[in-house]
Amino acid sequence: MTNLKPTSEPSVADSAELLAETSAESGRPVRSGWRMLLPTMTPWLAIGLGLIVAITLFGVIGPYLVGDPRAIRDMGLTGPSADFWLGTTQTGQDVLAQLAHATRGSLQIGVIVGLLATALSAFFGIYGAYRGRAVDEVFSLFTNVFLVIPGLPLVIVISGFVPAESRGLWTIAVVLAVTSWAGSARVLRAQTLSVRNRDYVAASQVSGERPWRVIIVEILPNLLPVIASQFVFAVIAAILGEAGLSFIGLGASNSSTLGTMLFYAQNGFALSLGAWWWFIPPGLIIALFGTGLSLVNFSIDEIINPKLKNLRLHRKRARRAARLERELAQAARRGGPAATASKESAR
Amino acid sequence: MSYFLRKIGFYAVALWAALTLNFAIPRLLPGNPVDILLAKLQQRGGTVSPETREAYALLLGGDSSEPLWVQYVDYLKNLLRGDLGVSVSYYPAPVSEVIGQSLPWTVILVGLATIIAAVLGVGLGAFVGWKPGTWLDSLIPATTLLAAVPYFWLALLLTYLLARVLGWFPLQGGYDVVLTPGWNAEFILSAITYGFLPALTIVLASIGGWLLGMRNMMVSTLSEDYILTAEAKGLSPRKILRSYASRNAVLPSVAGFAISLGFVVSGSVITEQVFSYPGIGGRLLGAVSNNDYALMQGLFLFITLAVLGANLVVDLLYGLIDPRTRARS
Repeated sequence: MTNLKPTSEPSVADSAELLAETSAESGRPVRSGWRMLLPTMTPWLAIGLGLIVAITLFGVIGPYLVGDPRAIRDMGLTGPSADFWLGTTQTGQDVLAQLAHATRGSLQIGVIVGLLATALSAFFGIYGAYRGRAVDEVFSLFTNVFLVIPGLPLVIVISGFVPAESRGLWTIAVVLAVTSWAGSARVLRAQTLSVRNRDYVAASQVSGERPWRVIIVEILPNLLPVIASQFVFAVIAAILGEAGLSFIGLGASNSSTLGTMLFYAQNGFALSLGAWWWFIPPGLIIALFGTGLSLVNFSIDEIINPKLKNLRLHRKRARRAARLERELAQAARRGGPAATASKESAR
Repeated sequence: MSYFLRKIGFYAVALWAALTLNFAIPRLLPGNPVDILLAKLQQRGGTVSPETREAYALLLGGDSSEPLWVQYVDYLKNLLRGDLGVSVSYYPAPVSEVIGQSLPWTVILVGLATIIAAVLGVGLGAFVGWKPGTWLDSLIPATTLLAAVPYFWLALLLTYLLARVLGWFPLQGGYDVVLTPGWNAEFILSAITYGFLPALTIVLASIGGWLLGMRNMMVSTLSEDYILTAEAKGLSPRKILRSYASRNAVLPSVAGFAISLGFVVSGSVITEQVFSYPGIGGRLLGAVSNNDYALMQGLFLFITLAVLGANLVVDLLYGLIDPRTRARS
């Protein structure tokens, strides 16, 4: 999970112009208004959305369909079977039932932390950059300091000091959010700086709009794709962070997440007993959900950085040209009139 | 020159912030760490003199007889002298000694693994970005899967496959326990065998980020005018790739090294736990589960110090490689 943040710093600035250009070439009208904020449907986006929807449904509906995850049976550590699709734990608990409940727990904390962290980063990134001068200096110093202090060790130390009985879901969520907002704040600051100096923002300031209105109505819509992408990153980071914390036994007390499942699997010697059905599914769900979110983020990246989109369109055009060329060559071998016909149909 | 001064100034502020956080956390949070710590100390056969109590109170709070700022100044003074208190779980060893023993393990493991991951990732990323549109591009989504995998789960998976099923590597530990640590061939060989799986975990989990960042920068760089000029001059593609495109595209990756180091250290803390590796991460978690608050704080300070130091070095180097950063500030 290195480099969760994209290292390139694209700007939203010149996207409209380039979009118009590319769509003019492809012969379709420019997508208007808010539609430009939505990503184009690509196979990767479809796979990503599919993964997210499937896992979310599993976490939301799954717990109602499976049995009691805590019920203990006299059949410890049996492999997958018709009755228990993912086998049982050491104490005979149904792994599938645990997985459904744990997925719900992890998604819950992911969304809570994602929202908190995005709100924090929006405040420090956008508000600081909008006010400029001293406020910006102080805010960005604060952001950079938080960025270089390693997050997880800090979280571990904080969780270590909080007694287990007062370590609830919200405590963990707040701690994770406080240690993870800095990266997005820096990205948002860079974007806000580029938007804030546009003429239309100056115009709205001159016409007497209040600062909060300028930020929310004039600047925020331009930053939506960036914020969405940062939110997605925040959710991945939160789910991973919580899983790590729970895995070492420092998660929220009496919560059930994918991390706690792995904690029990590790402490139940699932590894040395070869109970792969116990420790592989929880990690796989985290990995697949994270992949789904990253794939969606690729599509959001294309909105933020049109160069990436142009690359894809360029490739598409190149493939179409190659196909046309092949068809033409085939038609030419078959004779004159067919060639023009296939050319027409290809259009 | 002002660039370097600014950077050093920033890291001084960051260091101060970390020290202050360390001071504030135990005082702001519920619980009474000093009492728990002293109870543990007595269990271990340590004598609790008023001086010991005062020293711990300075470190962890709970002593209300003095105003907060006096405590703060005394705390900083103690740190300057290198006095981090006495570890409870390794009684009577002082915290600094415990850290000193475990530090080399983590520094070598994380350091080597990060450098390998960075070099491989940046190299592959440059190659993938150089030829966009080929089958290599379909590798990109696969790397996102690797990047989304939890470190410790990857560690579990690798241990299961390579150590338990195939039996190629030892399950856990940092070296063969029958050997005594020292600079001899046998011991180093054993340390390498034991360190291979943790290192592989870190490399696999962090390579995706490097690859992706480099590839995206390559794509942007290739559309620059000077690349076109270089092609028009008739330079060989290899020379353009090496001296023109890669050199410029790698800059954000170098700058990103700092941020990613924090992630890697975080990830390796838990990875060490999976492998029972004798490094900083394992000690930190041991300290947490034993309520060894002094060791916990000392380790946190050391980890932060190491990450800040590495960042400072990278930032200063960056100023040398890329003159534009110096000009801008």
